Amino acid sequence: MRRIISVLLENEPGALSRVVGLFSQRGYNIDSLTVAPTEDATLSRMTLTTQGDDLTIEKITKQLHKLIDVVKVIDLTDGLHIERELMLVKVKASGDARAEVKRVVDIFRGQIIDVGPASYVIQLAGVSAKLDAFIEALGETAVLEVVRSGVSGIMRGERALRA
Amino acid sequence: MELLSGGEATIRALRDSGVKYLWGYPGGAALHIYDALFRQDDVKHILMRHEQGATHAADGYARATGEVGAVLVTSGPGATNAITGIATAYMDSIPLVVISGQVAQEKIGGDAFQETDMIGVSRPIVKHSFMIRRAEDVAETIAKAFYIARSGRPGPVVVDIPKDVTDPNYKVPYRYPDKIRIRSYQPSTKGHSGQIRRAVKVLLEARRPVIYAGGGIILGNAADQLTRLARQLNFPVTNTLMGLGGYPGSDRQFVGMLGMHGTFEANTAMHHADVILAVGVRFDDRVTNTPDRFCPGAQIIHIDVDPSSISKNVPADIPIVGACDAVLDEMIEQIETAGEGPDAAALAEWWQQIDEWRRRHGLYTAPRHEPSVGSLIKPQDAVRALYKVTEGKAYITSDVGQHQMFAAQYYLFDQPRQWFNSGGLGTMGYGLPAAMGVQMAFPGADVACVTGEGSIQMCIQELSACTQHQLPVKIINLNNQALGMVKQWQDMQYGSRYSQILYEDSLPDFVKLAEAYGHVGLRVEHIDELEDKLRECFSYKDRVVFVDIQVDPHEHVYPMHVAPGSMRDLWLSKTERT
Repeated sequence: MRRIISVLLENEPGALSRVVGLFSQRGYNIDSLTVAPTEDATLSRMTLTTQGDDLTIEKITKQLHKLIDVVKVIDLTDGLHIERELMLVKVKASGDARAEVKRVVDIFRGQIIDVGPASYVIQLAGVSAKLDAFIEALGETAVLEVVRSGVSGIMRGERALRA
Repeated sequence: MELLSGGEATIRALRDSGVKYLWGYPGGAALHIYDALFRQDDVKHILMRHEQGATHAADGYARATGEVGAVLVTSGPGATNAITGIATAYMDSIPLVVISGQVAQEKIGGDAFQETDMIGVSRPIVKHSFMIRRAEDVAETIAKAFYIARSGRPGPVVVDIPKDVTDPNYKVPYRYPDKIRIRSYQPSTKGHSGQIRRAVKVLLEARRPVIYAGGGIILGNAADQLTRLARQLNFPVTNTLMGLGGYPGSDRQFVGMLGMHGTFEANTAMHHADVILAVGVRFDDRVTNTPDRFCPGAQIIHIDVDPSSISKNVPADIPIVGACDAVLDEMIEQIETAGEGPDAAALAEWWQQIDEWRRRHGLYTAPRHEPSVGSLIKPQDAVRALYKVTEGKAYITSDVGQHQMFAAQYYLFDQPRQWFNSGGLGTMGYGLPAAMGVQMAFPGADVACVTGEGSIQMCIQELSACTQHQLPVKIINLNNQALGMVKQWQDMQYGSRYSQILYEDSLPDFVKLAEAYGHVGLRVEHIDELEDKLRECFSYKDRVVFVDIQVDPHEHVYPMHVAPGSMRDLWLSKTERT
């Protein structure tokens, strides 16, 4: 089962490599990973998605906790949460295709953020499945490049992950 | 406030962290630190002959004293040579602080001379690591390293210090922190009282209980509590390889070591147990045999200071996260308060069964091996003679292989911190330098390294450091002319095809080798001279003695788990199995 794990860690050199190293060392998968400093510059917030049954996820969260740089770990998929991923897509757009691509972008509530003589760059945010669906919907349009940020997630309601 | 250079601050912070002995080897990137070391008397440096020896010696000292072992090496090869010792300490949760010199920061990343990314190389085998970027951070970082190494589940911490940070011309105010607080690191101490209550209830209802205790008992200084609890409940106790000495080895309630080469009675009792109290253990594969066939009818109570050890390999029914001593103290108290003991009749029946197992195949009731005859000395008898001659009171280190298992089986350790071996990583070469660390901790005590002709050659260069630092360790070499444990596996699983385990008459004359280093060498070739030679060995109080005992080259270690299988599936000899 797909899980989204949020990690609050010290914004120290090497902290990221410890987390990534842990996953390869223990044979766990990482499907996606995003990390950036938070509003408190001493902390970074990481969201990673992985696959595993309850037992595997329990092992992963325990091992993450064990890293000295890790302040807090939660499995977002345990409760109500919001997840978003950002995608930038460069497509070939000329002739009739320009209008067709524009229509699909509107349907998915994306934005065209760069217009070239024969190309568009499209920005789209949403759950990962929506991004997958968009690529599918582009159909025969030639996709030149896809950049995805990986999933970021947050708990719904007042609960917050803080140091 | 006193002004110190980064190099001086490094040594001062070691002193202020309680370091008396620093094991190491100098080199370019560490020279400023070595110069600061020269100009003081508080921290004594012990020059070893290889950085692996330095880490193992610091590890032996740490295991013997319960303090943090300290190591100083240079960058590049100095750092990478230390890696095996760091990995050994990591697998056995031994507190070490390893300071490595690093090339100057401006050179980092440029493939400079003797540059290695020590933080990167050591990352999977350390509890934590630091690179110090400024002389101002030296004292606090080293203080943090010691705090992390010794607290919670102990482990090695690497502190990498670029050469410019230790510049003798740049002085900064020195202040060693009074208190360390790390917001992301708060190890648990006390166990959850509710969980302990649940556990006590299960223990008091147990009919076929076993206490399975490991290295956590030794590291957590909980041997006393374990003994009190076991006696209070009259439960049988088995120790892991790492836990030997955590419960008195010669006590009636001790059923021997468990696991791959554990006793028949310990493994069989585990298999049939209805309740297992697991304390400071990690359900290692060398203990459990095939995990899904492990102790099918048992409820498992698992106490450990490290939550990630619980339910890692075998699911626990009642997990208790906390320090072993604190949790066992509370358990003992709750049982006292409850005012009732476990079912005496059920326990009597259980003990009767265990005693019957002991009589049938026990290691100590009837020898499991053939007798030694003439020049055919059985390695088991060599360990038994060692036990007899030292009256069970020597500190014993070992290397890795058959000799290690014979030592673990036949030397009955009555005290914690009396037995030292590389249980997790299985590092050949550990025994001699570790013995030096133990000897430094207990000057004047009998310290013996039970080894083999394979293992001893992996760190034999330290015979020279023994001379220099007057560490009169005794080396008991069970010389079977082959890599015995590999040979045993090749006998059992590879049709006795002896691939690369023989030396083709290239072994050194160990007696002459010992003498070349200025030590005493003794050779034992006949069973009748075994005890006398061992007595002679221990009569040399101030000398290193190398006793080269020619043992049966065909002997195997038994019992041995049949894999895949359960705890009770054992080879009892070359031809007999359960």
